Amino acid sequence: MSAITYLEAIRLAQQKALQDDPRVFIYGQDIGGFGGAFKATKNLAKEFPGRVLDSPISEDAMVGLAIGAAVEGMRPIIEMQFADFSTCGFNQIVNQAATLHYRTGTPCPLVVRLPSGGTPGGGPFHSQSMEAIYAHYPGLIVMTPATVEDAYTMLLEAVALDDPVIFCEHKFLYYHLKADKLPETVLPFGKAKIARQGRDATVVAYSAMVHEALAAAEELTHDGYDIEVVDLRTVRPIDTDTILASVARTGRLLVVGEAWPWGGVAAEVIARVATEGFGLLDAPPQRLNAKETPVPYHPALWGTHRPTASSVANSLRQLLEL
Amino acid sequence: MTLGKASDSDGPRATKHSPEVTRENARRAYRIMLEARILEEKLAVLYRSGKIVGGVFLGRGQEALSVSLGIHLRRGDVYAPLIRDQAGRMAFGDTILDTMRTYLGSSLGSMRGRDGNIHRGRPSEGYHAMISHLGAMVSTVCGGLMAKRFRGETGAVGGTCIGEGGTSTGSFHEGMNLAGVEKLPIVVVVANNQFSYSTPNDRQFACNDLLVRAEGYGVRGRRAVGNDLMDCLSVIGEAVSAARSGEGPQLVVADLLRLVGHGEHDDASYIPAAMKESSLGGDCLDLARTTLLEKGWLTGEEAADWQKIVEKEVEETSSKVLREPSPDPSEEDWNAFSCLDSQQNSRYPEERQ
Repeated sequence: MSAITYLEAIRLAQQKALQDDPRVFIYGQDIGGFGGAFKATKNLAKEFPGRVLDSPISEDAMVGLAIGAAVEGMRPIIEMQFADFSTCGFNQIVNQAATLHYRTGTPCPLVVRLPSGGTPGGGPFHSQSMEAIYAHYPGLIVMTPATVEDAYTMLLEAVALDDPVIFCEHKFLYYHLKADKLPETVLPFGKAKIARQGRDATVVAYSAMVHEALAAAEELTHDGYDIEVVDLRTVRPIDTDTILASVARTGRLLVVGEAWPWGGVAAEVIARVATEGFGLLDAPPQRLNAKETPVPYHPALWGTHRPTASSVANSLRQLLEL
Repeated sequence: MTLGKASDSDGPRATKHSPEVTRENARRAYRIMLEARILEEKLAVLYRSGKIVGGVFLGRGQEALSVSLGIHLRRGDVYAPLIRDQAGRMAFGDTILDTMRTYLGSSLGSMRGRDGNIHRGRPSEGYHAMISHLGAMVSTVCGGLMAKRFRGETGAVGGTCIGEGGTSTGSFHEGMNLAGVEKLPIVVVVANNQFSYSTPNDRQFACNDLLVRAEGYGVRGRRAVGNDLMDCLSVIGEAVSAARSGEGPQLVVADLLRLVGHGEHDDASYIPAAMKESSLGGDCLDLARTTLLEKGWLTGEEAADWQKIVEKEVEETSSKVLREPSPDPSEEDWNAFSCLDSQQNSRYPEERQ
């Protein structure tokens, strides 16, 4: 088998879900014969007639339809063409899907796939990272896979879960990441992963930022530092135990996220560590996020707007000197 | 003021149907309307005496339209009622008991005190529990019908109701358009009660007649006289039959007047007296009783007996529910997730403390 990209892993996971479970269908814009704006459903409409359907440009109704179908026992997957457009379906996601089980006792098993994060030239409306917004709402599982393997196994897991899942797949990773084969074992649901072991500081990251953190950690080996990188994998639920165990080993914490800092996942991680692990810290915990403007268009601006290996490395050097 | 024009033709895609309304259906519908009316009057009393917190939202004046959808649906159908659908809910199988429990927040009710009043349902039984965001339920009914289509089940219908104000939402538009695209067997009933809370129709939409929207969505449009039980039963019965037999989505628009405020906190002083005195303001329950008596389908003694029986049931149910346990915060699992149990929930440090 040739190298599998992160995008192909997502396509293969959907293919497997459709194969294995007659309750699964996919609904989204241009996902039928066209195969999706990013080709995440390429050939699936042909392979599974009537189960991979083009939707009107109606994010609210797409999610509403998924909710109604989930209540009737189906396992819908909704593809938002870009995560940014999920704001048009926000009401159905946060007020209907997220509340349904608590209010009525009826589960609402659906997956909303959000092609997330920035790519060069994406600009303000095709680059957003929405995980913190959705993680804010009780009742929503929010997944942020950083690897080809996780993209595959976690999407299958998302389909199997009885709760609505916001699946934040990163567009920048679609073609950049490759794996030789699909995994045969799966980490437990909601469990973070130590992506790199180290002893001098912990970087907590997720999605594309895991790779920037790993590159920064590699850079800091030249300075003689050994950095640990924790990949959250799922931001809600959040695996506080793994984070605290890592901080217990290193005593220093930097949290990196591509979204904006205000009230975000990085803030949440720091709040948890400060609350539960204050005594483990040898220095004030730090965060590095996107700059507080809309995501800019020009690659030079975009490349500075988001955290990069270089800015993560700089933040780490400052943290290590505190 | 944009009022519907009940004397107009039903528009380019619509035709008038007057199928036979059976004695049995009309009697059952009237009985349910009576139950809804008496139950809601009791809810208003409980609200005024401080027993019900939050709000009470009544369907007085809209019972004929509401019951006519619920009564034509059956087990296996999908139903998403809205605010003024106590009658339709009861026709679909909801009870005086569960309504009382939900309004009073009893832990024994279907919503267990977690949600209340009109936010009531049993989604796994096809009875959707509305959210407050208007228009949102159109597409969830579509989803239920899509699920049945995927499973190869035929013959099911979805029904939902909305007010004229709700038709201004993007969610309504998206849902109607999607229903049209997917050619789903859905019946959407618009109760044009002339005021969205306090806002009159000329501040709500600019078209002369909401029925013309059916053409835009590529769905069948029908008009009903909203306070005329026989006409509502006839028109909505026909719409449900058409949807059930594969003729696609149906939009029913009915003009009427809400004979109460938006909620019991609202005195509806914005409704002009002339409008209340017009044909729109006729009380559908009185009109239905008169019609049934005239047809000989109901006797005066029966009507009086039903009134007493329902009043007794409502009083007894109210007394019973008032004695039922309220939800106990210390026994609440405080878990919005289905796939995380309490132990898994202990991942959240603030909840471990």
